[in-house]
Amino acid sequence: MNLVASTFYRSRRWLKILRLFAIVAGPGIIVMVADNDAGGITTYTATGAKYGNHLLWFLILLGPVAYFVQEMTVRLGAVTKRGHAEAIFSAFGPFWGWFSLLDLVLTDWLTMITEFIGMTAAMSIFGVPAWLTVIGCWLLMGGMIMTGRYWTWEKIALVLCVGNLIYIPAAFLVHPSVHDIVKNSFIPNLPPGGFTNELFFLLMANIGTTIAPWMLFFQQSSVVDKELQEKDITFGKIDTAIGALLTVVVATFLIIVCAKLLPGQSIDSAAQAAIQIMPQSRYVGAIIAIGLFDAGFLGAICISLASSWAFGEVFGWAHSLNRKITEAPWFYAYYLFDLLLAGTVVLIPKAPLVLITLFVQVIATTLLPAALVFLILLLNDKKTMGRYTNSTWENVANIGIVVVIIVLSTLYGVSTLFPNFLH
Amino acid sequence: MNVLSRMVRGLVSGVRAVNRRYANPGIEMTPFVRLALVTLRVYLLVLIGLLVYKFAITVG
Repeated sequence: MNLVASTFYRSRRWLKILRLFAIVAGPGIIVMVADNDAGGITTYTATGAKYGNHLLWFLILLGPVAYFVQEMTVRLGAVTKRGHAEAIFSAFGPFWGWFSLLDLVLTDWLTMITEFIGMTAAMSIFGVPAWLTVIGCWLLMGGMIMTGRYWTWEKIALVLCVGNLIYIPAAFLVHPSVHDIVKNSFIPNLPPGGFTNELFFLLMANIGTTIAPWMLFFQQSSVVDKELQEKDITFGKIDTAIGALLTVVVATFLIIVCAKLLPGQSIDSAAQAAIQIMPQSRYVGAIIAIGLFDAGFLGAICISLASSWAFGEVFGWAHSLNRKITEAPWFYAYYLFDLLLAGTVVLIPKAPLVLITLFVQVIATTLLPAALVFLILLLNDKKTMGRYTNSTWENVANIGIVVVIIVLSTLYGVSTLFPNFLH
Repeated sequence: MNVLSRMVRGLVSGVRAVNRRYANPGIEMTPFVRLALVTLRVYLLVLIGLLVYKFAITVG
């Protein structure tokens, strides 16, 4: 009887914990999965096609790196109740504040153009013209925020996150070598041909797509909009860890698919990969295209929100998804303006879309180091963070990660500007 | 024209209000913080220099 009672009590306790987690979870999963945006999907297809499964171990390593960086935004948001843009203004003054805000806005807008490029390219595979895709996306993205409830937006975003997992069944359809996958996942190794400039560029592209400036701003603002408290930090961390796991899983499975179906090929975009795969497997090709659209859509709504939140925080506008459009007009106006502007660029005939894609990487390089340094400094401000200040070990791990990311992202940005820099 | 000038004036006053509100950095300026900010400035100046150089050689 005692055993039955204690089991019942324990299961009720776990159910309660799970229910609490379900309430708190969201920002971490969404930001991490949205991180696999259209640009990310392209990077993974190029990686898998060019180097097969050889770089799986590197992708797996990036999961914890993304977790350590994003986890800091959870603590910062829950303790200060301020978004990242406001936190920077408040801590470092107007110079760094404006630098971060304007750089973020530019980076986000350029990145959103790449999301629309991905979405239109994906839908064109199914014969949908670009103008129809863009208008359809605008309507859907506008409709998502009409309810004036954060929860509704979050639930739709989570459904899109589930859509991002579409690459998992695709990997099973191509029957990859399990031995090869397991070996390359856990034993660090270089692809045949050794360390080349092309390999270095792809490694850096993978880092660039895993840690992006908008993610810091998005998750912190999201934590604040969701009104998470200090007591929710543990759940927030678990949410972020699950998100990091999902982002790695999605990337891994996509690489496995491309490694099997496009071995040794140079791929410029995920849409190109989908088209090349179609003759071998219609289903897998279609899955890659659907996944690309889903990734672009999720990326666009999150990135646009990151900018809207940042502007709202700094200018003191009402800036919450829990407000109706009439209560926070500037916040929603900016969100929609951003989407309209990015979508319009894609529809302009002969717009320099490739140049824009390259420019994103360079601009992001100027913002990422600054955002990461601010994050570390803010997390070490005892006066603000109290008992949630970075511990010594957290500092060792986080500063180490930040230094490596800064060095590599700088090399990435510079080698984008000067392609012969690494020769 | 009137609407445009009113918008610009509104934006300028908004920016000034933000500058006033955040005029005093809230973080404790320890030597570590100062060093990090100076290093960041130098880093960004170098990066902007490279961007300008790239622009100059591309246009030239």
